[in-house]
Amino acid sequence: MTATPVVIAPETEAVPATAAARVRKKLTSKTATAISLTIALLWTVPTFGLFISSLRPENDIKSSGWWNFFSHPAITLENYQQVLFGTSNVNGRLASYFINSIVITIPSVLFPLLFCSLAAYALAWTNFRGRDWIYLGVFALQIVPLQMSLVPLLSFFSQGVSLGGVQILPAWDLQGPDKFIQVWFAHTCFALPLGIFLLHNFMADLPRDLIEAAKVDGAGHPKIFRSVVLPLIVPALASFAIFQFLWVWNDLLVALIFAGGNQRTAPLTVRLAEMAGTRGNEWQRLTSGAFVSIVIPLIVFLSLQRYFVRGLLAGSVKG
Amino acid sequence: MDFTNEPPKLMVLFYGVVAFLAVVGLVLFLLDKAPLRRDRWVALIFLLPAGILLSIGLIIPAIRTFILSFTAPNAADPRNDKWVGLDNYVWMFTSPEAREALLNTLLWVILVPAVSTMVGLVYSVVVDRARAESFSKSLMFMPMAISFVGAGIIWRFIYEYRPTEESQLGLLNQFVVWFGGTPQQWLLNPPWNTLFLIVVLIWIQAGFAMVVLSAAIKAIPTEITEAARLDGVTAWQMFWRVTVPSVRPALLVVFVTITIGTLKVFDIVRAMTGGQFGTSVLAYDMFNWAFVFGNQGHGTALAVFLFLLVTPIVIYQIYNLRQQREIR
Repeated sequence: MTATPVVIAPETEAVPATAAARVRKKLTSKTATAISLTIALLWTVPTFGLFISSLRPENDIKSSGWWNFFSHPAITLENYQQVLFGTSNVNGRLASYFINSIVITIPSVLFPLLFCSLAAYALAWTNFRGRDWIYLGVFALQIVPLQMSLVPLLSFFSQGVSLGGVQILPAWDLQGPDKFIQVWFAHTCFALPLGIFLLHNFMADLPRDLIEAAKVDGAGHPKIFRSVVLPLIVPALASFAIFQFLWVWNDLLVALIFAGGNQRTAPLTVRLAEMAGTRGNEWQRLTSGAFVSIVIPLIVFLSLQRYFVRGLLAGSVKG
Repeated sequence: MDFTNEPPKLMVLFYGVVAFLAVVGLVLFLLDKAPLRRDRWVALIFLLPAGILLSIGLIIPAIRTFILSFTAPNAADPRNDKWVGLDNYVWMFTSPEAREALLNTLLWVILVPAVSTMVGLVYSVVVDRARAESFSKSLMFMPMAISFVGAGIIWRFIYEYRPTEESQLGLLNQFVVWFGGTPQQWLLNPPWNTLFLIVVLIWIQAGFAMVVLSAAIKAIPTEITEAARLDGVTAWQMFWRVTVPSVRPALLVVFVTITIGTLKVFDIVRAMTGGQFGTSVLAYDMFNWAFVFGNQGHGTALAVFLFLLVTPIVIYQIYNLRQQREIR
């Protein structure tokens, strides 16, 4: 920026270095800042109120609104203690459900990552007849709502497959903690269309020369996939992983159907929905319970927001 | 609290992760050892796991759902449903309880995409000229990370009702009291209660709309906005003549995406009213009929209807994306 005409009035602050920065500075206005901050804070009030409430003693929560906290501050962790570790059934026993959520989520993120990147590579960089048709098919599968496959998939797990009275595949008949396996299976299946589509888009954008060069050097597809393509699409893998993580952790429908409703397998969301139904006035438990379920996704989201946004902009919207 | 239930779960998780690593190892082994000279064989191995899972988890079930939607439970022979033709679809449009869910869904679909997109657009225009932009955007965007169940509880707390003589716990009723009104049971009276549920989804989706639209606004070339500014347009003209046309494709994507999500809304209704007081929606009814009331015919018919509603929207979106690409 050597040719910038510098006309400095005596009282102006330092001139912004680049043209873009100057334009930006001219455009930012105090009114816009005030409005946008106000709305953003307004948008956060519901969550903030929940958080404040979860820290107030039970009697305070039940007798006065959370905004009274600021005139009569009193903080306790009793609600969290109760809702996480309390022994009686009226308490949430959320610690147990928290573990269930983790057990459900980790494999449900790992398996789709592997299968999607394999399939996406095949669709982006190998040549075979019918490739475009398969890609189109996967793309089209994104429109099939989950609801379309729930009933038959559940009967696949519980009754197996029989055709004309002949049992072809046995029932899985999973009991107790083994039920996690069918939740992983369901989540993995449902993640594939979006995951393949998203990763394919990223892989197909890699420069062709790069792949050709690797081929000339004598690398086969397996080698190219592992040493060239995978390292380059790590950001895409990250954004898909975050997406899948938030989806699985926050999911209620799939968990209700495939994990069942009890403490041995059900995740936090199922338990919370149940508490909201049966103990709708126990606000000391509901507020702290809700915050327990929110805190992990919030941390993931706030620390990795960049990848999440990138995924959103690349079209990751789950059907 | 006793922790005897926990170790078996962690063992299952451990086995799951081991299984994952075993699959990775197997794939790597196959890739290294197998003499894969032809693209066709490579592709086959790469596509096989996804292909099997998609068939078992989505393709075959979707076809079976379609077939099941023409059947009804058979009291005489519970293992074989009886064929009833279009009865389930007739039921869907004639029975009062199903019609109520359809009408509510219609209300959701009219309001949520339009309002969320509008809020998101206006906000992204304003925030584009504000300081502390990324801070405001993060706050606005945060509800996206919260589960629908969590959001449902958050908003139930806002709508909480206490009789007039007690002090209010819900923020909304507190405001009503401050302005001299009497507190209301917001979630009990149809049709207004559906509107209060809709607010929750708007609260979540506006952040999504804002992020996508904000990126689109940033991508408008500076020459265009500068030229418009030199021509002396007002902020209002700038918005309607420059900004909105420039981000039209993004607007469309946002609108369609939110519409599809809204059609499938389930968790919010379940966590806030349990579908009572006339708030049920299509996806919630589907779940109830198929998994609670044990009438798979009704449930699957609702699922198929949901699919039919989504399909034209997605086709329209694909068509639009195509056109965009041709213009470029």
